Amino acid sequence: MTTSWLRCTWLLAIYAFLYLPIATLVAYSFNDSKMVTLWSGFTLHWYGDVFRDRDLMEALGLSLRIAFSSATTSVVLGTMAAFALVRFQGFRGKAMLQSMVNAPLVMPDVIVGLSLLLLLVALQRALGVPERGAMTIWLGHTVLGMAYATVVVQSRLQEMDRSLEEAALDLGARPWKVFTAITLPLISQALISAWLLTFTVSLDDVVISAFLSGPGSNTLPIVIFSRAKLGLNPSVNVIASLTVLLVGMCVLAGSLWLARREKQLSRELAAAMREH
Amino acid sequence: MNTPNAPVTQVQVAQRTPWLAAWGPRMVIGLPFGWLGLLFLLPFVVVLKISLSEMNESGIGYKDLVDWQDGLVVISLRYSNYLFLLSDKLYLMTYLSSLMYALTATVLCLLLGYPFAYFLARSPASIRPGLMMLVMLPFWTSFLLRIYAWKGLLDNNGLINQLLLALGLIDTPLAMMNTPFSLQIGMVYVYLPFMVLPLYANLVKMDLRLLEAATDLGAKPWTVFWRVTVPLSRSGIVAGSMLVFIPCVGEYVIPAMLGGPNTLNIGRVLWDEFFSNNDWAMASAVAIVMVLLIIAPMAWFNRIQAQQRGAT
Repeated sequence: MTTSWLRCTWLLAIYAFLYLPIATLVAYSFNDSKMVTLWSGFTLHWYGDVFRDRDLMEALGLSLRIAFSSATTSVVLGTMAAFALVRFQGFRGKAMLQSMVNAPLVMPDVIVGLSLLLLLVALQRALGVPERGAMTIWLGHTVLGMAYATVVVQSRLQEMDRSLEEAALDLGARPWKVFTAITLPLISQALISAWLLTFTVSLDDVVISAFLSGPGSNTLPIVIFSRAKLGLNPSVNVIASLTVLLVGMCVLAGSLWLARREKQLSRELAAAMREH
Repeated sequence: MNTPNAPVTQVQVAQRTPWLAAWGPRMVIGLPFGWLGLLFLLPFVVVLKISLSEMNESGIGYKDLVDWQDGLVVISLRYSNYLFLLSDKLYLMTYLSSLMYALTATVLCLLLGYPFAYFLARSPASIRPGLMMLVMLPFWTSFLLRIYAWKGLLDNNGLINQLLLALGLIDTPLAMMNTPFSLQIGMVYVYLPFMVLPLYANLVKMDLRLLEAATDLGAKPWTVFWRVTVPLSRSGIVAGSMLVFIPCVGEYVIPAMLGGPNTLNIGRVLWDEFFSNNDWAMASAVAIVMVLLIIAPMAWFNRIQAQQRGAT
C-alpha cells in the first residue's frame, strides 16, 4: 500500500518536472503582453509575426536542409558501421571503431566543434577549400549523427534473428539480394527511428553549428540562441509551442501506425496458423 | 538443417562474386572508419598541435610548429599555453567548479532517477512502453527551448516567484536566475533522461528470481534492495552517471543561458577564448586539458558498454 503510493507520487513528480516547463512556454506563446511572464490576455498575433519573420524562416529552411542531408548520410554510414561491428568477426581496429562511435555520444560539443573547425581551417590554408557554411555544418553533424545511428542500428542487428538470412543464402540468393530483400525490411523500423533521431539531433544543435557556420549561414538554433540569451522573447515561445505541436502529432501518428501494424501482423499470423 | 556460420557464408560469397567478396566488407568497414578518423580523430591531432603553438602577432591564426628559416628547419614548441593554464588561479578554479557542477548534477540525477527508473521497471508490463515513451518524448523537442523554458520559471518576475508571492510565502522575489542554483536545475532537467534510460534498461532485465530468493531467505525488502538490486544494477548506474557527468563538464549552452556571468564553466571559457579573444592556441590548450579530465570516465564508460554487449 505505502509503496504503491510512493511509486505514484514519485512518477508523477518527475513527469511534472519534465513537462511543466514546456507547458508554460506553450501558455506564454498566447500571452498578449510584451512582458512575457505577465499575463494580459489571449492573442495569436505572435504566431503571425513568426511566419513573417524572414530571418527565422530562412534559418528554418537552412536547418531543415542540413538536418535532412546529415540524417541521410548518418544513417547510411551508421548502418555500415553497425554491420561491421556486429557481423564481422575480429577485424583489425574493431575496438577502435567501437570507441570512435561511442565517443561523440558523450564528448562535449565545444570540443567536437572546436577541433573540427581547426582542422577545416588548416585544410583551407593548405588547399583553399572548404569555405565555412552549410557544407561544413553538415560534416560536423554527420559525426554526431553517425554515433547515434550506429547505436540504434547496432542494437537492432544484435537482437535480430539471422535464420531468415541464412535460409535465403542456403537457397542461393546473392548476399546483396539477401541484404535488400531480407535484412533491410527487417531492420527498417530501426533505420526509420535512427533517421528521425539524427534529424532531430541536427535540427537541435547550437554549439557545433556555431563553430562551423560561416557568414550568412545561420541555422535556426543559432538564431533562437542569440535571441534567447538576451531574455524572454515572444517569437521563441511561439517556436517552442509549434515544435511541441509538431512533435506531439508525429508521435501520435507514429504510435497509431505501429499499433495498427502490430494488429495486422498478429491477424496475418493467426490466419497463417489456421491454414496449417 | 545445417546452420552456416560465418566462415561458410564467406566461402559462399567468395564463390559467387569474387570482386564484391573482396571489396564489399572492406568498404563497409573502411568508409565509416575513414569518416570518423578524418572528422573526429584527426581534428584532435590538429588541436594538440595548435595548443603547442604561438599566436601570430596580428592576432589572426597561429604560427606553424615547423618553419623554414634561413635554410634551417625551426621547430618551435610552446608550453606557454599550458604553463599559463596551470599558473593562473582563475583557470584552475574554473576547471574545479565545472567538475563540481557536473558531479552535483550527476548525484542529483541519480537520486531522482534511480527510484524513478526502479518504479518504471516494476510497473505493469502493459503500461511500461507508454511510460517510457513519455520519458523519451522531451528528447524530440528542442534541447535549447527546454533550457530556455527555465528562464520564464526562475526569473524575478517568473512563474515560481509570482506563485510564491501570491501565496504569501515570500515578500520579495527570490533571486534564482543566473545563480549556481539555476545552472544546476538546468543540468538536472536536461540530463535526467540520460540517467533514466540505462538504469531502466538494466532494472527491467533484472532476474526477479534473485530478489525472491533473497526474500525467501528472510531478507527485509529494504535489505533486498540495497544488497541485491543496487549491486546488480551497477553497470546501469555507471553508464547513466557517465552519460550525465561527461557532457556536463564541458556544457556550454546551459551556463550561457541560465548561469549568468558569475558561474565559472570551462566550456564557456573555451568559447570565449575562441570567439571573443580570438586566441585559438589558448582555446586548444583548454580543450586538451578538458579531454584529459574526462578521458578516464570515458574509458570507464566504454568498458561498461563493451561488457554489456558481451553479456547480451
